[in-house]
Amino acid sequence: MIPELGHFALILALFLALSLTLLPALGVFRRSTLLMHSARPLAAGMMVMLSSAFALLAYAFLHNDFSVAIVAAQSNSELPWFYQFSAVWGGHEGSLLLWVWILSLWALAVALFSRQLPLDMVARVLAVMGAIAVGFLLFMLLTSNPFGRALPNPPLEGADLNPLLQDPGMVIHPPMLYMGYVGFSVAFAFAIAALWSGRLDVTWARWSRPWSIVAWLFLTIGITLGSWWAYSVLGWGGWWFWDPVENASFMPWLVGTALIHSLAVTDKRGVFKSWTVLLAIFAFSLSLLGTFLVRSGVLTSVHAFAADPTRGIFILAFLGIVIGSSLTLYALRAPTVLGSADYSWLSREVFLLLNNVLLLVAALSVLCGTLFPLVVDALGLGKYSVGPPYFNAVFVPLMAVLLAFLGVGPASVWKRSRGGELWRRLLPALIASVTVGLLLPVAYGGQFHAGVALTVCLATWVVLSSLVDLRGKLRNASSWRSGLGRLTPAYYGMLLAHIGLALSVAGVGLTSVYTEERDLRVAPGQQVELAGYGFLFAGTEPLRGPNYVAERGVVQVTRNGRPVAELHPEKRRYNARRDQVMTEAAIDAGFGRDIYVALGEPLGEGAWALRLHYKPFVRWIWLGGLLMAAGGALAAADKRYRLGRRRAQAAVAVVA
Amino acid sequence: MQRLKLFIPLLIFVILAAFFFVVQKRIGSGDYDPQNMPSALLDKPMPAFELPDLLTGDPVTGALLHGKVALVNVWATWCPSCHYEHPYLVSLAQQGVSILGVDYKDEPEKARQWLREKGNPYAAVVDDRAGNLGLDLGVTGAPETYLIDSRGVVRLRYQGPLDERVWTETVQPLLDRIRSEGPGA
Amino acid sequence: MRRLLLILALATAAFAARAAIDPYEFADEAERQRYQHFIEEMRCPKCQNQNLAGSDAPIAADLRRELRRLLREGRGDREITDYMVARYGEFILYDPPFDKKTALLWLAPALFLASGLAALLAIVRRRRPGTAQPLAELGPEERRRLQQLLGADRHANDEERLS
Repeated sequence: MIPELGHFALILALFLALSLTLLPALGVFRRSTLLMHSARPLAAGMMVMLSSAFALLAYAFLHNDFSVAIVAAQSNSELPWFYQFSAVWGGHEGSLLLWVWILSLWALAVALFSRQLPLDMVARVLAVMGAIAVGFLLFMLLTSNPFGRALPNPPLEGADLNPLLQDPGMVIHPPMLYMGYVGFSVAFAFAIAALWSGRLDVTWARWSRPWSIVAWLFLTIGITLGSWWAYSVLGWGGWWFWDPVENASFMPWLVGTALIHSLAVTDKRGVFKSWTVLLAIFAFSLSLLGTFLVRSGVLTSVHAFAADPTRGIFILAFLGIVIGSSLTLYALRAPTVLGSADYSWLSREVFLLLNNVLLLVAALSVLCGTLFPLVVDALGLGKYSVGPPYFNAVFVPLMAVLLAFLGVGPASVWKRSRGGELWRRLLPALIASVTVGLLLPVAYGGQFHAGVALTVCLATWVVLSSLVDLRGKLRNASSWRSGLGRLTPAYYGMLLAHIGLALSVAGVGLTSVYTEERDLRVAPGQQVELAGYGFLFAGTEPLRGPNYVAERGVVQVTRNGRPVAELHPEKRRYNARRDQVMTEAAIDAGFGRDIYVALGEPLGEGAWALRLHYKPFVRWIWLGGLLMAAGGALAAADKRYRLGRRRAQAAVAVVA
Repeated sequence: MQRLKLFIPLLIFVILAAFFFVVQKRIGSGDYDPQNMPSALLDKPMPAFELPDLLTGDPVTGALLHGKVALVNVWATWCPSCHYEHPYLVSLAQQGVSILGVDYKDEPEKARQWLREKGNPYAAVVDDRAGNLGLDLGVTGAPETYLIDSRGVVRLRYQGPLDERVWTETVQPLLDRIRSEGPGA
Repeated sequence: MRRLLLILALATAAFAARAAIDPYEFADEAERQRYQHFIEEMRCPKCQNQNLAGSDAPIAADLRRELRRLLREGRGDREITDYMVARYGEFILYDPPFDKKTALLWLAPALFLASGLAALLAIVRRRRPGTAQPLAELGPEERRRLQQLLGADRHANDEERLS
């Protein structure tokens, strides 16, 4: 009964989405305020229906209703309840429901936080979001119904969630990622609304900015969590593999970063309008493309969902309609009249334009590398693999250039910067950065290393130049506190995000070079050494978990004789999947380094193969990501985006 | 002119979408399998080897295959699909197809037992317990079957169990093509 | 007894779902680094996009052992790569070679960058302040016409009209 109710809720949601697409749009054409006003309640209704459907599916999972096909495929009665909940999005159908549900949340957010927008714009934006929802709901109802039953012989027990997914990361990474993917649909909807209405002006950019930044920050969190999760779970110390599915999330992030910077220019100076609109379309298109690539079976990846060619065709058709029509609208309606502002070579506009060029080149290169094996194989020209060596070779130089200019950009001013002044202000920071870069590898690692030097130099450069800029802004203040108080959240957001990026970059560079690892044979009672740490293997003991049995090793870690940590790596065999053995690595995390221990195979007489990793500064990578997201949150919360309401209130106050 | 430039993104997208559409259709119809891995040895000679015969212990080399078109079938007792494939191989052997068996990373006694119980379709079986011949062939698992022509050149590698459908759709057309190449092919 | 069975079961598991740990001995640090480099940059032929370091499939274990053997025999990097490619094809390398077929892949980023920078130059060159022509002085006839037009348009919509 419950699953059928859920199915029904989905159908109702589809009707609401259809209404949301058609009625406000009709209202726009007919200039009917009544019809346009229907947009907000319809969005709310759609959200209620989808929340119900989602809740009902979660209910089925939490109550072990194995008559529902995906519950039987993804869950198990012994699975802890929080993993049973996250199993809702463990498979293709459930993850689609998550996607559409999050879309309805964003649509409701737009409905609620759009008081200062003119009604016809709200109507257009929500209509576009409704159209996207229609596509996804049709896809679900026609090919991927999460409420499908496994009758007439429902299994008595579920197949259990893939042990790799039984991790806290699973609970939060997909929702965050989807918040980001789906969030770009708002920027997309604003762009389409602007093209549709012909009102592609500075106000459009002002409205779009906070939405784009929030979507971007969620995507940043999602990708950061994904990387951290892979590192904790996969056991060989890697944290980014340039896997096609990872790239599918990284490309929208790169374009999204370009978008938020380009919106800043359009907002402030009214230029690059046409380009910014295209970026908004491009970012969301990449989100959709990612959805296609991951579910169609054209790409090989551990992350990919089970493939089904019919689904692939459907998504492709959907993609064709959404992206095709939006690009057609763009080609027909985008302004060819240039904005009127002028700027010189050395201006913030040009620096941000350069930012866009570098980020777009990076995104396109990643797209090329991801699609190349598919194209070449499908054309029968051979079978190639494109992996980290290619992507790193292409991406790292581009990022290096970007970071170099990142130091100068924020310090530049709009329209025309004075080169001499920039040089004078930034020269000390430049010298300091180069010095730190040259000295650090020698001081830390004992010998010079060009890669480390460059990375550290660039990261330091970004941080120091940001501080120089901050100091410059406080120059005229009467005191520190008043100066700092005068600066906007948007400015602090930028500062935080740039410093976060520098932190991540430093983490990447340092951990890639200075990581140490060993695979060893250890007998109980044996001590081994790595990177100045001692590891005493105290043997293993059996352990029974909620849905698995395990051998739990005990490793005592010391440094200079003093105890540092006791680590418990495990080898687990899950009850529902007896042919799979999972390695559960034990990690002692620290700000400056991680110590990582994993059990290999038992080698007889109580001895085991043991893997030890010493990974300095690896946590910086994810801390940097979180800082970037925090910066985004600050920037989006800036009061100026709520100016519309305040101005309206002020106007009322004047009149009263 | 400015307006025309704005159509470029659409054009690029249309090309990409058309490409994906064709690929999806071909996957759906079975013409294209993204997971399929063509052998690196296609149109190259079968690697030289010298391994003991599983049953007699005598050394066997590639000379056994010279002068005729033959199959090389990589199998093992730990492989469930080989179990499924075996009866078909027996029927092939009865039709006169020459098959060289490679017992890949297996326990010889278990393998001998298997052949005793299920029948032996192979002209000869080599004991590749270390997997070296498998490595030279680029084997990734079992069962895999290679088609070698009479000059000792690898013409096909099929990953998975052989059955009637695979034979008629994939192997037989190739055999016909080889025969039409004339003697010495 | 149950514990012994568990250990035996773990020891003979056909698949382990994560990184394989092989306690090999190496002649020196350089050899270990080379081994590490190979297993990270070679693909497991039968897995869902994993390198040899991260895969526990039997074929990955075999290939790691083979790499170990080749290194111990003192073969060079080029030779080892060729050895693997001869058996498993270009597919096994995560670092695609630079040949006729992959030229476009390797050159594409440079082409994109060149186009992007060219576009940037074109855009900025069009824009520099001072490149715009100053308005010529208006004659009296034109001034009157201007007044006329301004008066007529006073109530018109201010928004930028699209072409």
